Amino acid sequence: MEGILLATQGAIVQGILWGIMVLGVYITFRVLDFADMTVDGSFALGGAVCATMITKGINPFLAIIVAIFFGVLAGYITGFLHTVFQIPGILAGILTQISLYSINLRIMGRSNLPLLKVDTMFDIVKKGIANLTGITLSSVHTALLIGVILAILVISLLYWFFGTEIGCAIRATGNNEYMVRALGQNTNMTKVFALMISNGLIGLSGALVAMYQGFGDVSMGTGAIVIGLASIVIGEVLFKRFKSFFGKFMSVVLGAIIYRIIVAYVLQMGLTASDLKLLTAIVVAVALALPVLAKYRKGW
Amino acid sequence: MLELRNVYKTFNIGTINEKKALQDLNLRLYPKDFVTVIGGNGAGKSTMLNMIAGVYPIDSGQIIIDGTDMTNKPEYKRAYLLGRVFQDPMRGTAGGMEIQENLAMAYRRGKRRGLSWGIKASEKEIYKEALKMLDLGLENRMTTKVGLLSGGQRQALTLLMATLQKPQLLLLDEHTAALDPKTAKKVLDLTEHLVESQELTALMVTHNMKDAIHIGNRLIMMYDGHVIYDVSGEEKKNLKVDDLLQKFVTASGEEFANDRMMLA
Repeated sequence: MEGILLATQGAIVQGILWGIMVLGVYITFRVLDFADMTVDGSFALGGAVCATMITKGINPFLAIIVAIFFGVLAGYITGFLHTVFQIPGILAGILTQISLYSINLRIMGRSNLPLLKVDTMFDIVKKGIANLTGITLSSVHTALLIGVILAILVISLLYWFFGTEIGCAIRATGNNEYMVRALGQNTNMTKVFALMISNGLIGLSGALVAMYQGFGDVSMGTGAIVIGLASIVIGEVLFKRFKSFFGKFMSVVLGAIIYRIIVAYVLQMGLTASDLKLLTAIVVAVALALPVLAKYRKGW
Repeated sequence: MLELRNVYKTFNIGTINEKKALQDLNLRLYPKDFVTVIGGNGAGKSTMLNMIAGVYPIDSGQIIIDGTDMTNKPEYKRAYLLGRVFQDPMRGTAGGMEIQENLAMAYRRGKRRGLSWGIKASEKEIYKEALKMLDLGLENRMTTKVGLLSGGQRQALTLLMATLQKPQLLLLDEHTAALDPKTAKKVLDLTEHLVESQELTALMVTHNMKDAIHIGNRLIMMYDGHVIYDVSGEEKKNLKVDDLLQKFVTASGEEFANDRMMLA
């Protein structure tokens, strides 16, 4: 019983940290209507950049900001390939993703970079809280605190941004790009912009996850896009009543948490971690198939 | 207001599907001209409108709108001068966004979009007043998603959006063709009202010959990618559908064998 409780706690933390990645996927997949495959690469990129900088003794907070910047850059490259060279969106993302695999290995100099004997942001905050208040939080609780604060911050920023003129133009681009051009907005610009924001968040999430798990790994992003989609689908199904834009972002992060809890329970039941990718893919396929099946039943 | 000089456009050059859409097209519009455009399928009517709007680049020639050479400008850089309504009611609005959000996008047509709010509270009054004119009750449903509206409602909204910022030129591409006759009539009446009250210059492609004769002050007929007949004033008002058919035969040397056109 205690095992399950602990596993649940850990799952919630993982869910929130990965939830920031899911917000990024939501921006491309749902808002822009663009299946961006950059995700797997830019997530690992965020982890690789952050881990490498921390092991070199650079301030973890600065490392996170640089990781975000690199994520933004990865999104820009996918957007550039897609809009300037008119490479189909999925292919543009795959090209960036594959090249990032090599780049991430170059950045780290090896396939796995442990963060032993160095302070991550979580360690610094934990010590800071202990110094200020005298309360020593566990690592999990510290990460939970930071995760919740960051998630709320990111959601609020996104909520604000997508209410601005340029944010509205991005949303409209995902709806009807012909209209957006007819109304005088360069849709190449809105697409690239959305990809940059999305991958910036994914880089941030990669950096946080690397610090939390204590290592950067070249394959830590493998399957991230599918995990992102699964989380979005779970969030949308379970929190249908969240209709506002703010609510939708919330439901996506909650979806990520629930996904992690499901994973934790499945692992407790005896499946191995390597089975998860199959399971996740099935969840996404079923969720995407359900609305179509409903149509067939109506005699379509 | 608008000048097309020797415009040529061929699609799919060098392939089996090569199509000469515009051939030596010349047209000059004067301020407050309301021109109806007729012609058979493939005559180049929609292509002409798309070229004016900059959807595709032209092969040669010149497009001058409101005194500015727009020949090489992309679509989004011409939009500040143009209001557009498309044949497909889905095309002119964003279905997943609210009515007021769509209007706010249109209100900013051709303006630089920045980080200020997408809709300011003060604008909502303007939109409400504008929607009242449509007489569809939309002024009480400003936060409804446009995707929930009917085709006719969406088309009326698109028309409103196209004229919310007064355009130098209004381009209407068979904008009533996808609507049922009653709704089409309503949208057409609204079109006339907007063009008259705002004193707009407009180009309206239509397949309905009667509409083409009754609406506007000038009529052009296109064939094979250029204008073959251009009539205005009293002469236009006195036209009959039969006259137009006759004109087509003499100008093109072909029978007017387009069912859609005949029955209209």
